[in-house]
Amino acid sequence: MNQTVFAPWDDPTEKPLIRFRNVTKRFGEFVAIDDLTLDIFAREFFALLGPSGCGKTTMMRMLAGFETPTSGTIELAGQDIAAVPPNKRAVNMMFQSYALFPHLSVYENIAFGLRRDNMPKHDIDTRVSERLKLTRLEKFARRKPHQISGGQRQRVALARSLAKAPKLLLLDEPLGALDAKLRQATQFELMDIQEKTGTTFVIVTHDQEEAMTVASRVAVMDEGRGMQLATPERIYAAPISAYGADFIGDVNIVSGTASPNGEAGYHVNWAEGHAPLVASSDRPFSQGEDCHLAIRPEKIAISAERPPEAENAVQGTVLDIAYLGNLSTYHVELPGGQIIKAQTANTRRVSRRSFTWEDTVWVSWTSTAGVLLAQ
Amino acid sequence: MQRFALIAIPYAWLLALFLVPFVIVFKISLSDIALSIPPYTPTLGDGVGPFFSALDFENFAFLASDDLYWKAYASSLRIAAVSTVLTLLVGYHDAYAMARAPQEWRPTLMMLVILPFWTSFLIRVYAWMGILSQEGFLNQFLLWTGLIGEPLTILNTTTAVYIGIVYTYVPFMILPIFAALDRLDGSLIEAAEDLGCSRLQAFWLVTIPLSKNGIIAGSFLVFIPALGEFVIPSLLGGSGTLMIGKVLWEEFFNNRDWPVASAVAVILLLILIIPIILFQRNQQRQAEEEA
Repeated sequence: MNQTVFAPWDDPTEKPLIRFRNVTKRFGEFVAIDDLTLDIFAREFFALLGPSGCGKTTMMRMLAGFETPTSGTIELAGQDIAAVPPNKRAVNMMFQSYALFPHLSVYENIAFGLRRDNMPKHDIDTRVSERLKLTRLEKFARRKPHQISGGQRQRVALARSLAKAPKLLLLDEPLGALDAKLRQATQFELMDIQEKTGTTFVIVTHDQEEAMTVASRVAVMDEGRGMQLATPERIYAAPISAYGADFIGDVNIVSGTASPNGEAGYHVNWAEGHAPLVASSDRPFSQGEDCHLAIRPEKIAISAERPPEAENAVQGTVLDIAYLGNLSTYHVELPGGQIIKAQTANTRRVSRRSFTWEDTVWVSWTSTAGVLLAQ
Repeated sequence: MQRFALIAIPYAWLLALFLVPFVIVFKISLSDIALSIPPYTPTLGDGVGPFFSALDFENFAFLASDDLYWKAYASSLRIAAVSTVLTLLVGYHDAYAMARAPQEWRPTLMMLVILPFWTSFLIRVYAWMGILSQEGFLNQFLLWTGLIGEPLTILNTTTAVYIGIVYTYVPFMILPIFAALDRLDGSLIEAAEDLGCSRLQAFWLVTIPLSKNGIIAGSFLVFIPALGEFVIPSLLGGSGTLMIGKVLWEEFFNNRDWPVASAVAVILLLILIIPIILFQRNQQRQAEEEA
């Protein structure tokens, strides 16, 4: 089977659908977006990820037309959209609060945008029925928003924003109000709908798991700047900053100084009186340069004896055990006070687990398990 | 028993303050005029039998026969309706501006709306006479600017009555509409624009329907008292303005015809009961929607 991987960002001939060029947005003294440049391609599921106040919502509102950039340009399909008002953009938005019209039925909410375009009545009916089916809301068409559940309201908001078949759909924390179980189910539904309709989705979220699950690419943002823009796999496996690594998933960060050791290998001097850690890195570090070694907990092994072949092994005591059902995370305190988190799969019953609180254990990992970061 | 006592208090209240006065007025409307104190007959002092046999609907028949009363009712309804619409136009605008004002300005604006209530209503209406009369401030100002060559006659016309009613009752319109607009989620307007509405369309399709309850409440709060309004037409409207409140006053104090005045009042009450019931139903529906 000859299946091409969807990766337009690696194809230099591909034209991006949206192009942010040196966009800056200020609210008085406050800089919400700081000189941001990025491309979003057609049919992408693009996630803007960051803590609240990082500027991701401002970016989305600029795409929708509710804010204009202070400087820089935003292009949609090659056209500068700064002067285009929200009602003239081929962009629709799903609001965080859903913003369903309380005085209109579910059907009328979905038909609202179509009626504004003076679509013939028959076509409106066809389109609305299609969207109701897509979001499994056929039974609720005649109800008012206050007569349906939160999850159903969320689907009405999605159906309404998809009704006009926009080039670009913006989703502002779309699943924020749902409980964990429903949120997970809806994430897959969203991906399914995105695939079926072929619409470009831009989702704003502060939930890294959500971004990782749904997105084709993720932009990690902090204080108005893009920290890293890559596929979820790359951001997880090869973060370019300690901030990004920390924000996406769980990570251990060991800070120290680097000293070159053979080809693409380094020693990390991290504590007085301890053997240096061995790590490999594609990015060159000079002798004595500050560095941070980021290691994911699942890549750290825990054992009672020092494993003979381990490249990196440190002794410590078990401080805490977080039991997650399928996994357990051990918090191991090293003599210097640093805490290393090591994750293991629970293949045995809890009562039969090998380690308990206050046990002396070895944590170990390979030289390629971690990523060496400069900042 | 305890529950009964609890319900009995408001019912006793209604009985004492609404039903008893109404029964008294209704009884007077069935009596005949007399040169005595009180100026009607019969009274209970005549004995129960003669008392009931002397009551009749003569005064109501008289109201129907003289077209003055019908005209006064019709004119009152028209003036109340027109001034309700005018008040809505002015009040909606104000309420909208207040709801859109920065948060820190709202208490001040609210204060400015309520502030006139601290002065006597009568004095404020008299003040309008000073503004609207031929030598009043408004005419002097317009003459000074050269917009008009001769002073306008505003005082003692229906226009002055409209001005007076709109001025007096506009806070009753502003407050419920403001309450409705204040609750309106701003993202609804953004959603409407996002889906292709212009600003004006979003206003008609979202803002107006969602402030409907405020509009209805405000309109009734203006229409009901404006219908029976007496002070404003008699001070600002002159002899040309026919309103039922004024007719009622004249029957009562000038003609000293209490039975006819009472009949006028009873009919007015019946006319008012319809909008009051509609108003109550609107309030109830609103409460149900919010629940």
